[in-house]
Amino acid sequence: MIEPRVVKELETIVGKEHVLSSPEDLIAYSYDSTFEEHRPDIIVSPANTEEVSRVMRIAYRENIPIVPRGMGSGLAAASIPYSGGMVLNLTRMNRILEIDQENMIATVEAGVVTADFQATVEEMGLFYPPDPSSIKHSTIGGNIACNAGGPRCLKYGVTSDYVLGLTAVLPNGDIIKTGGKAIKNVTGLNLTQLLLGSEGTLAVITEALLRLMPKPKYARTAMAVYADLDDAAKTVNAILLEGVVPATIELMDDTTINTIEEYLHLGLPTDAAAILIIETDGSDEQTVLREMETVARVARECGATDVRVAKTEAERNELWRGRRSVSPSLARRRPNKLGEDISVPRSAIPEAIRRIKAISAKYNLPIVVFGHAGDGNLHPNILFDKRDPDEWHRVEQVSAEIFGMAVELGGTLTGEHGVGVLKQPYLELALGQTVIALQQGIKKVFDPKGLLNPGKKFPAA
Amino acid sequence: MAQHRRDDIPHLPTEEQYLNCIRCGLCLSACPIYRETLRETDGPRAHVVLTRKYAEGEIDISPEFVDLMYKCLDCEACNAICPVGIRPADLAMEMRQVIHKTQPQPWLKKPIFHGYFPHPLIQELSVLPLLLYQRLGLQALARKLGILKLLPRQLQDMEHMVPKLPARPLRQVLPEEVPPAGEEKHRVAFFLGCFQSTIFAQESEASVRVMARNGCRVFTPKQVKCCGMPAAGYGDIDLVKSLARFNIDLFLPLNPDVIVTDCATCGSTLKHYGEILKDDPAYAEKAALFSSRVRDISEFLMSIDIRPPKGEVRARVTYHDPCHLVRAQKVRKQPRDLLQLIPGVEFVEMKESDWCCGSAGTQILTHYHNSLAVNRRKMENVRATGADIVATGCPGCQMQLNMGSNHYNVNVRVVHPIQLLEEAYRREEAEIAADDPSTGD
Ligand SMILES: Cc1cc2nc3c(=O)[nH]c(=O)nc-3n(C[C@H](O)[C@H](O)[C@H](O)COP(=O)(O)OP(=O)(O)OC[C@H]3O[C@@H](n4cnc5c(N)ncnc54)[C@H](O)[C@@H]3O)c2cc1C
Repeated sequence: MIEPRVVKELETIVGKEHVLSSPEDLIAYSYDSTFEEHRPDIIVSPANTEEVSRVMRIAYRENIPIVPRGMGSGLAAASIPYSGGMVLNLTRMNRILEIDQENMIATVEAGVVTADFQATVEEMGLFYPPDPSSIKHSTIGGNIACNAGGPRCLKYGVTSDYVLGLTAVLPNGDIIKTGGKAIKNVTGLNLTQLLLGSEGTLAVITEALLRLMPKPKYARTAMAVYADLDDAAKTVNAILLEGVVPATIELMDDTTINTIEEYLHLGLPTDAAAILIIETDGSDEQTVLREMETVARVARECGATDVRVAKTEAERNELWRGRRSVSPSLARRRPNKLGEDISVPRSAIPEAIRRIKAISAKYNLPIVVFGHAGDGNLHPNILFDKRDPDEWHRVEQVSAEIFGMAVELGGTLTGEHGVGVLKQPYLELALGQTVIALQQGIKKVFDPKGLLNPGKKFPAA
Repeated sequence: MAQHRRDDIPHLPTEEQYLNCIRCGLCLSACPIYRETLRETDGPRAHVVLTRKYAEGEIDISPEFVDLMYKCLDCEACNAICPVGIRPADLAMEMRQVIHKTQPQPWLKKPIFHGYFPHPLIQELSVLPLLLYQRLGLQALARKLGILKLLPRQLQDMEHMVPKLPARPLRQVLPEEVPPAGEEKHRVAFFLGCFQSTIFAQESEASVRVMARNGCRVFTPKQVKCCGMPAAGYGDIDLVKSLARFNIDLFLPLNPDVIVTDCATCGSTLKHYGEILKDDPAYAEKAALFSSRVRDISEFLMSIDIRPPKGEVRARVTYHDPCHLVRAQKVRKQPRDLLQLIPGVEFVEMKESDWCCGSAGTQILTHYHNSLAVNRRKMENVRATGADIVATGCPGCQMQLNMGSNHYNVNVRVVHPIQLLEEAYRREEAEIAADDPSTGD
């Protein structure tokens, strides 16, 4: 419960209509894109950095826990307010403050929807490459807090490769600015990168300086079909060795293909063991075409049974529609899904998938595997019904085995979705106690009272 | 805990309607209301979660809950975008039915939906809220109906919603049967909507003339009652069913090849009669047959071999997709094709042509600020096309666009596509008349 006098104070800062606490509001801000939920006591939606700072000052004084929230599309329960207290909703801060075309740098507020931002810069011939599949329903602030990646990260990198500087508010209300428009910058520790992927545990990000690129003018997309998973994995390296860096190489296993096909009827090869969706792009049409020819040739040499290059923009969109619909089409099969996000060295992909299939058989739970083959980031999704306690118990065992396997193969727990709370039980396995303690120490410097998104990313000290 | 309420609540959504929602939030990106308020509670994802929590007995219906369900524009953009197949807008509509059955009746419902819409005569005496306005003034009407005080600007905005009203409702004017010009190729029953009859009479007049020109014998039953949409919007499904039965009994005996309407909203409801009455043993079959014959005017005209007009309409024209046409009936291409049949029309697409205009029937009365905010996005997209005319086949949209063009100062004429087609035919006929020496004196 937040005391009425505090509520009043908050209302004077952000306006009465931006302080919410009806039962319906508390429910609406109790969930993210997992199956977890916990109600906050209050939701406060500030309009700018200054208001964030003033709100946080009050929360600090009153010892109210704060959970920053973008659009709640997170897959790690990182924005669930288990601690009660305040959800700091950043969606109203959705202005693009500046697009500096000369330096190709944009200044945006944290609540901008990533797809809106992308569309705006693309109208100017510019390009913001990070493309999480949740691009239409996640915010730049959330992307930064989770260091979101997407299919394009093989060639273009992840969110952290595009953040030059941040404005953020510390738990005590102090406003800090990190980095700047200068591309090279070693003045002081790199706090910008420290905040990247910090899942709202260190500071609330309110503005970001984002690096832009010229928009690639041409793109070609192909689908390569495989009867053998190993051949698909081999293709990835073979393409890179030819000197071609495709924008994306996405992998879907047989279960994924069948699940999508069942619902979308795109004409995908349902008897294949795997397919790769490969896209080349660039500013010179001939180069893009030539690269695609190389890709197609290499794929065939590696054993692809069929390579289909999209001839029209519509065909290309269809291929991508299939890929983007993976995650949601899974939900048509069972009421719940747990989407894991392990990351392994590229060469270990086939082994990882084989082991996942064995785990799936052992616990008798369907697991579909898809992901970013170019960088070894796989999304094994476990399908289940949480209402069945036995199934839920098996899901937990499956998760544990998958994480153990990832670490054993030289990989890690999460490539882009974050730790939140869901992956904490396995954190020690991946990081070890010393590294966890070090991170807890860093947290203490930023947040001595432990009020900011408590218990997320790593256990509270 | 699950399903506490299953047995005692009529119309409660079933588990499969919400269970598989993965809460990904993609629907937020398409929801016109969320995109304005940026409040999770207003979005489709919250509607699904709240419905589930109600069904599972975790929460009760509060005034806030009612308001949330009524805030939904039912534009169905969330239904269309959900990759899992959840239909959040339908859930909101069904929760309105639950509210209707379990809660005390809110304002408006009784006087309007039982008294007003179902009976053509009463409806014609008092087109809500516009004709009455001319007699009593809106403020007085609002008071009579017990609505909160309307804002001065809201009143002004509402005044701009309608063009000049017809002197007499079309229902009283239109012949019960109009023969085809030339050989009879199609037997059409025309469903004259309430708003078409009383406000946009010119449009339905045009529809009938255009069909007659193109080989249709057109019957317009005069006893036609409201399609049921307003009652559905307020959760009164029993009333919708009784209207459906009445209209089915009125139309089927005419044995039409098709039942045509030029109102997107009526069309979407009529096409649903089969679904609405599927559990009524006496009507299920008739209702399915009825619905299978229903066509939107553009859908019908583009499915027959219509003769393009020779007269010109010189204008830059853009098109707004009514939610009840583009999503509820999947009619997207036909109105555009129809417009492009007209010589002289320079057709331009607007950005987000299928984004809701904010009308949803009575939102301008009940949720004025949201309705205006949603409308702004639409009007800016219209403005950006530089069009002289925005065409759209829905009276609700037309009123809202009329209002918006005034409020946001966008200089466009709002028409039904059929009006432009009619104008082109008329020009053609006038030219022929002028050229023909036998008609001169
Ligand atoms: C269908 C689907 C597909 C997805 N695909 C991808 C993908 O391809 N790649 C990928 O990386 N992720 C993906 N995700 C996960 C998710 O969308 C991302 O993690 C996204 O970056 C979260 O953004 P958000 O605005 O929704 O943040 P939220 O979910 O609201 O919050 C996530 C975390 O960020 C913190 N946070 C949010 N805003 C701020 C801020 N301004 N300052 C400080 N902390 C903040 C929160 O406290 C929380 O810890 C997907 C999710 C879904 C549902």
